[in-house]
Amino acid sequence: MSARSLRTPLARARGLGSAKDGTHHFWLQRLTAIALVPLTIWFALSVASLATADLPAVLAWMRSPLSAVLMLSFLLAGFWHMKLGLQVVIEDYVHGEWRKVTCLILNNLISIFLALAATLAVLKMLLGD
Amino acid sequence: MAAGNRPLSPHLQVYRWQLSMAFSILHRMSGVGLAVGLLLLTWWLAAAASGADYFNYVHAVMGSWIGRLILLGFTASLFFHLCNGIRHLVWDAGHGFEIATMRKTAWLVLAATAVLTLGTFLIGYGGYGG
Repeated sequence: MSARSLRTPLARARGLGSAKDGTHHFWLQRLTAIALVPLTIWFALSVASLATADLPAVLAWMRSPLSAVLMLSFLLAGFWHMKLGLQVVIEDYVHGEWRKVTCLILNNLISIFLALAATLAVLKMLLGD
Repeated sequence: MAAGNRPLSPHLQVYRWQLSMAFSILHRMSGVGLAVGLLLLTWWLAAAASGADYFNYVHAVMGSWIGRLILLGFTASLFFHLCNGIRHLVWDAGHGFEIATMRKTAWLVLAATAVLTLGTFLIGYGGYGG
């Protein structure tokens, strides 16, 4: 390390780099990915076996606490992973600072909105009469 | 060139296509496809929460041939992204970078995607499910 470096020792120790984010994005993407391996297998099997089911069968399935908590886990990890992944796609392909920042803001807002909507639907089925 | 108008990587068009880059772009494409899949899932959950009339409508749309075609794309994207994602996690752990291994695992991912997608559709529409 050069003695003439303009970076302060604190900045080097924090290791956050120019994005001020460090490995946070990388780590969360991997964490949600690992969570999604078993959750995706469960999700695909469950939803496939409900493909031709009527509403009472779907409600009976969603009102089982195990199904509900696994679905909520799948939604949390899935939407988070989606938001992180789409962010990288936007950063790579959307050129022009204003357009890029607009897309990144929309990505955040739409991801949170959809995650909340899906979560609310599950809770309504779980707790409804 | 204006500062806000510089070309950004990746420059896909300047490379000869090869297996590793094809799988890399397929991973991204399937990921973007899965965002559409999550939109469909939210729609389906909201419909189930809102009552029988709207649920039956969504059920009919998704059960139509075009609906099933979209669900087939969703399912294939899901399993491709899952299998290739596991491949990426193994790479993150520092294994599997040899060219021969990389090629072998790529074809393994493709075969697993086909088998899992077909199996899921047999459970869903082939009468093999619960």
